[in-house]
Amino acid sequence: MEVPSFEGREAARTLAGVRLRLEIGLARAAGRLSRLAGRGGGTTIPGKILAGVDPGAVGKLARRLPLGSALISATNGKTTTSAMVAEILGDRVGLAHNRAGANLVSGVASALLAADRADLGLFEVDEGAFPDVAARIRPQAVCLGNLFRDQLDRYGELEHIAERWRVAVADLDPAAWTVVNVDDPLLADIARGRTEALRFGIDDPSVARERLPHAADSKYCRTCGAPYDYAAAYVGHLGDYRCPRCHDARPTLDVAARSITLSGLESSSFDLVIPEGTRRVSLALPGLYNVYNALAAASLALVLGASLDEIEAGLGRFKAAFGRFERITAGDRTVLLLLVKNPAGANEVVRTLAHAGAPARILIALNDEIADGRDVSWIWDVDFEPLIGPLKELVAAGARSEELALRFKYGGLDPARITLARDLEGALTHGLEATPPGEELIVLPTYTAMLALRRIAAERGLVRPYWEEAVA
Amino acid sequence: MKLVVAHLYPDYLNIYADRGNIAVLERRTAWRGIDFDYRTIGLGDAVEPGEHDLYYVGGGQDREQALIAPDLAAKGEALREAVAAGAAFLAVCGGYQLLGRFYRDRSGAELPGIGLLPHHTIAGERRMIGDVLLECELDRGSPRPLAGFENHAGRTYLDEGAEPLGRVVSGFGNNGKDGLEGSRVDGAVGTYLHGPLLPRNPWLADWLISRALARRLGEPPELEALPDELESAAQEVSAERAYARGGRF
Repeated sequence: MEVPSFEGREAARTLAGVRLRLEIGLARAAGRLSRLAGRGGGTTIPGKILAGVDPGAVGKLARRLPLGSALISATNGKTTTSAMVAEILGDRVGLAHNRAGANLVSGVASALLAADRADLGLFEVDEGAFPDVAARIRPQAVCLGNLFRDQLDRYGELEHIAERWRVAVADLDPAAWTVVNVDDPLLADIARGRTEALRFGIDDPSVARERLPHAADSKYCRTCGAPYDYAAAYVGHLGDYRCPRCHDARPTLDVAARSITLSGLESSSFDLVIPEGTRRVSLALPGLYNVYNALAAASLALVLGASLDEIEAGLGRFKAAFGRFERITAGDRTVLLLLVKNPAGANEVVRTLAHAGAPARILIALNDEIADGRDVSWIWDVDFEPLIGPLKELVAAGARSEELALRFKYGGLDPARITLARDLEGALTHGLEATPPGEELIVLPTYTAMLALRRIAAERGLVRPYWEEAVA
Repeated sequence: MKLVVAHLYPDYLNIYADRGNIAVLERRTAWRGIDFDYRTIGLGDAVEPGEHDLYYVGGGQDREQALIAPDLAAKGEALREAVAAGAAFLAVCGGYQLLGRFYRDRSGAELPGIGLLPHHTIAGERRMIGDVLLECELDRGSPRPLAGFENHAGRTYLDEGAEPLGRVVSGFGNNGKDGLEGSRVDGAVGTYLHGPLLPRNPWLADWLISRALARRLGEPPELEALPDELESAAQEVSAERAYARGGRF
């Protein structure tokens, strides 16, 4: 075999470098064009062009990062968790981060393009895209948060995703960290046998649910198929489980949340317990699901070298990712946006609302674009019932408003209390007019409805567009 | 008067919001002053023919379906007897497949069904996903639209001369080829349509309730009409979706 001369190899490397730089220039220009043309944030277009020109470019760009990359995937909480990690790492590390939530290969590529002097890649990754992205990026850490049923029309069955994750995790570099929420039996199973693993979970039965929710997913033993016994069920099927037949059980936690306090719609706090010590963490976010997000972020930050001080301070400073829990002032009223996209996430939003005193009026906006899931059957798996009793008016909005109205009608809400408003502009106007001055309108939108409502709010001068926020 | 509904394996087979179908049966029964008696049948529970008026079985993931299949096989004879004696049955998606004669997976292995409906299913490569619109004629001379959503890798084939639930107007249907969807024998109906099916197609809920009550009354009763404007509007939107984007890979 002919060994190329040193000069030859050097020239080839330079040529490849020039080619990559050219591609990067092209792709960046496309992102600016998309924003100028008013077609959204242009957060994925540069990456799409780059991936189209050179499928290997994403990996090449990632290998330029001196500290490597970390990937975060989960059905729920990816955007919030990765934003929390970014807050914890602060200015100490230059990040390539897809903070606007563009989480397919193209979005990751765009984030790499947008930050060419970054030290570390921090990417939230779509569950379906995770194996492909992991294979290209070769991350030095992955953080796996949860797997719930979600958009079956797009992702297929949970088991298929889990199987693809299992293969992807087995194929990680042996020295790569697997940071995993072992309250999810499916994920605990995937991380089984990984030596470089950090296992996190909640350890506070006082905040457990009385029983598994209706739509609980992975509730049968991974080893023998018997239903798990739960000492505590926290969110969906996440909890402290044990198989009564083969005694397979939740692994020992390396990082745990204890003594959790949930304070209505405003905040929460917990003891973050790691082998090196314990810290009280305060979050300006409600709900147990955000405690899970904070735990995931703290655990990933730990393996990336953050100190307990940095974690405590970063989580304390953190403000919600856009649309996830966002309060918008509209004159003498406020609007609270709480994104809903699948049964597990929506159940936690409902539980948090009910805990804070269920609202008299609520606007729910159900769209059925690809990003929302074209199949709207998931709304029937959400336990909306705790909201129905005190509800005086439901504003059923979005492209599938009738379906949503039926969900509440057959859930026991008097149809006379339902206002149908397919058009989001009209729905928001009506909702605000019906809300007394000084009070808050609770809005639960699906993903594209959330983007549309934020656009309407931006047009009325109430919020900035998300891509400005993302790069701010 | 009362209606006894038995829900098979609700803990295992519930993936496509099957409880929405149960909620519709419950409300539409109660709104007409009929008592709704809901029971669940799980692993190891016996089925006594004659005890229930209407059976329901939903869909699950492959893993859950494999967990219950042997148990369902043991209940097969009792369920076939119950339907022969006039009970109604609605089976959706995975439950629909298991009511047929067998399901053959990609590796060629066969999961036996209970043969209550005259069909078999063979796993295909690509999932058939999308909005569906059917035209059904369960009672001769009164065609009805049925709108839903399908998501299945199995291709189901009816036996020669067997009756489908409906003809596909838009969407894939049983196998994406013969233009048929679902399967029907007497008061038993199987289908891939979820969404869930009954909220936006209340006529099918009423047909099932009526067939189930016929077991007690001798013939299907005329049920009081209910205000279904919202249901009709939802069906229309669902049908529009099927026309616009149903049945495409």
